[in-house]
Amino acid sequence: MSDSIMSPPGEIELEARDLSVLYGDTRALKHVSIQIPDRKVVAFIGPSGCGKSTLLRCFNRMNDLVPGARVEGEAIFQGENLYGDGVDAVDVRRRIGMVFQKPNPFPKSIYANVAFGAKINGFKGNMGDLVEKSLQQAALWDEVKDRLESSALALSGGQQQRLCIARALAVEPEVLLMDEPASALDPLATQKIEDLIYDLKQDYTVVIVTHNMQQAARVSDYTAFLYMGELVEYGVTEQMFTNPAEERTESYITGRFG
Amino acid sequence: MKFALGGSPRPEAEPSPRHPAAQRDPSLFAPGRERRARVGRIFHVVFALSTLVGILVLAVLIFDIVRDGAGALNAGFLSNMPSRLPGRAGVKPALLGSIWVLGLTAAMAFPLGVGTAIWLEEYAPNNRFTRIIEMNIANLAGVPSVVYGILGLAVFVRTFSFGRSIIAAAMTLALLILPIIIIASQEAIKAVPASIRLGAYALGATRWETIQHHVFPQALPGILTAGILALSRAVGEAAPLLLVGALAYVDRTPRRLTDQFTVVPVQIYQWVSQPQPAFHELAAAASIVLLVLLLTMNAVAIILRNRYSRKN
Amino acid sequence: MATDAQRKSRHRKERAIGALLAVFSGVSILTTVGIVFVLIRESIGFFAHVSPLAFLTGTKWTPLFVADQHFGILPLLTGSILISFGAALVALPLGLAAALYLSEYAPDRVRRILKPVLEILAGVPTVVYGYFALQFVTPLLRHVFPEMSIYNALSPAIVMGIMIMPLVSSLSEDAMSAVPRALREGAYALGATKFEVATRTVVPAALSGIVASFILAVSRAIGETMIVTIAAGAQARLSLNPLESVQTMTAYIAQTASGEAAHGSVEYQTIFAVGLSLFAITLLMNIVSNIVLRRYREVYE
Repeated sequence: MSDSIMSPPGEIELEARDLSVLYGDTRALKHVSIQIPDRKVVAFIGPSGCGKSTLLRCFNRMNDLVPGARVEGEAIFQGENLYGDGVDAVDVRRRIGMVFQKPNPFPKSIYANVAFGAKINGFKGNMGDLVEKSLQQAALWDEVKDRLESSALALSGGQQQRLCIARALAVEPEVLLMDEPASALDPLATQKIEDLIYDLKQDYTVVIVTHNMQQAARVSDYTAFLYMGELVEYGVTEQMFTNPAEERTESYITGRFG
Repeated sequence: MKFALGGSPRPEAEPSPRHPAAQRDPSLFAPGRERRARVGRIFHVVFALSTLVGILVLAVLIFDIVRDGAGALNAGFLSNMPSRLPGRAGVKPALLGSIWVLGLTAAMAFPLGVGTAIWLEEYAPNNRFTRIIEMNIANLAGVPSVVYGILGLAVFVRTFSFGRSIIAAAMTLALLILPIIIIASQEAIKAVPASIRLGAYALGATRWETIQHHVFPQALPGILTAGILALSRAVGEAAPLLLVGALAYVDRTPRRLTDQFTVVPVQIYQWVSQPQPAFHELAAAASIVLLVLLLTMNAVAIILRNRYSRKN
Repeated sequence: MATDAQRKSRHRKERAIGALLAVFSGVSILTTVGIVFVLIRESIGFFAHVSPLAFLTGTKWTPLFVADQHFGILPLLTGSILISFGAALVALPLGLAAALYLSEYAPDRVRRILKPVLEILAGVPTVVYGYFALQFVTPLLRHVFPEMSIYNALSPAIVMGIMIMPLVSSLSEDAMSAVPRALREGAYALGATKFEVATRTVVPAALSGIVASFILAVSRAIGETMIVTIAAGAQARLSLNPLESVQTMTAYIAQTASGEAAHGSVEYQTIFAVGLSLFAITLLMNIVSNIVLRRYREVYE
């Protein structure tokens, strides 16, 4: 690895090795290698179209759903290649959860939303407790505990997003992938999400894609800068923002492009 | 180069030792991947097969018709009149009747239908009254064809005293397919971009001139295609014509609008209702003729659509 | 530059054309008025002879049997409902399954071929289906049910089901396509299989459209004439046995009208009374289908 791509200390939860993604003939991700440490927050930043979302989606095999997408290289989760033979994508997605840019609650009740994933995965315990615990973890419980049966669509944008987080947490994943989770929210709601991420990293490894550099600086331990499908620099967040090693990184951070 | 951070970063918390799944109890989840994957596979097949069932039945239907009717399909069949003797019977009056009715229906339904669509899209104000008209048209599209037949019987055959004639049949069928033509033409007109209209208006064209020279030509392929499809539905109709008087035994080819007549679908119905199996063969043969006619019409519609969409 | 006179005549022409087109549009209103008027006028004459109560609740329908005329519509109604119900049993599951396949499973190439082929099913003239029901399906079924009569309810019900299956499939598929991709992604991301995403996320989200398509399909089945006229029989019978011959409302109208009922006679008027009932039922169902589609349309945002 080059100097600007660090190997983080501690246990490695997720790793990409020479990972490339092709949509038809276009190479959206070019030979990216990166290590995500256990229970830290890693941010992917970069201009639009740089491949940060594509990289994120490799880790829960969501790229499988895009017709014509091809993945080369390896994505390793706790030592196993997610793209190896015999790996069940469905199972991967339970253990590596995802929250999307625009909140996408199901048109059902709040309770049903949180319970959905758990029910499908054959949860045998007390569902009510699970729903409460997940909503608490997502810092939403107090606001909705009296109206669990009401429609999820009646919630505000920020609440819906926290509901989606609760929904993802209900299946007890080990990693949480967040694709620009606050970009559709107002500053107050964004603040709540960022606070939440800080709490979540006690128990979960979090990878967050963001186009908001201040957010990355506030929230993450490590930051990766991607540009045109390549990993340009990866280091400790404070280091990246105060003294980036690569010129491209510096240009992006200081707003010269993107 | 220093980058000013917005807001102060939080103090780094003491990293906690990796809890063994203290908060995660895998035994609470029985993901049942095997079973769910199996269920998924089974239903994938079930769903695919369901789609194929219809196609399979269609194939069997065509095969059956051809098998039953090919024997009777000869030049004599196409040029003969019906007869009490199956060996000598033919489909000629029915075929000619169908073509007459088709032409008349088209002549009436197209101007009325397209004109209505133009009025609704280009002239009508956007108010409740217009919406009621559109709702009415949508409802008319769902009225059973036999009810149109009753209407035709009472109004065209009796009240207008056209009698059981070709013109009554054509008027009835025109009313039947009118809603379809209107709705489809509306779609085609809606698809013409507003910019074309605006450009014409800006040059000082009146509303009708804009329609005549710009909107209508652009919408024409869509209108034609939909119109031909609507006509192919009319060609296949029997129920309304039974009421309007397509007769069982017509031994003359129609010559005037007020003549008695029959059409191919009604002829099929008459023949299949006879007890003698020989007539059933004729019904099958007539069905082949009808299907070929429909196939031709649909092919023309598709060719027209492709040719015009390539031009655009 | 245009003279005053030229401009005036241009305007006159404009107005004339606008008026003409408005008159054209009036035809659609006239049609509805005509249908309602015609049906009601003759039915009034009918109900002068036959009490509405006897009509709606009578269990025997023998208007052409001059010696012993009964005018209870229930046998016809039962016939229509029996066959439509049977058709629905075929069309609804098959149509929904096909819609699921085309919307959620089929690769693009397959879909582009299968969809038009299904449309062909809907385009086959109903007389040809009637022929098929009588000449192919009925003999086939009689191998399985030897006691089945040649004219029966089962055969046309099955064939009609196949005929309206594309309607269910196409409308349900439209409803499913309207479900935003984000919803599916959310379900996949929770570890759901494709089957689970399709049945537990997409179908519930598209439910109003699917139900509306069901209602519309049944309405179409009730209004269908030729298949039942050819294959179901002419015996109005108050029975739920699909192996016997039945007469539907539509078959009665078609069979009677092509006969020689004298104008103005009660027999002639029965055509209109039955036609009115048929019109009312299908209109009601179409309206309900519309309400379901509009009022209960799921909001996704």
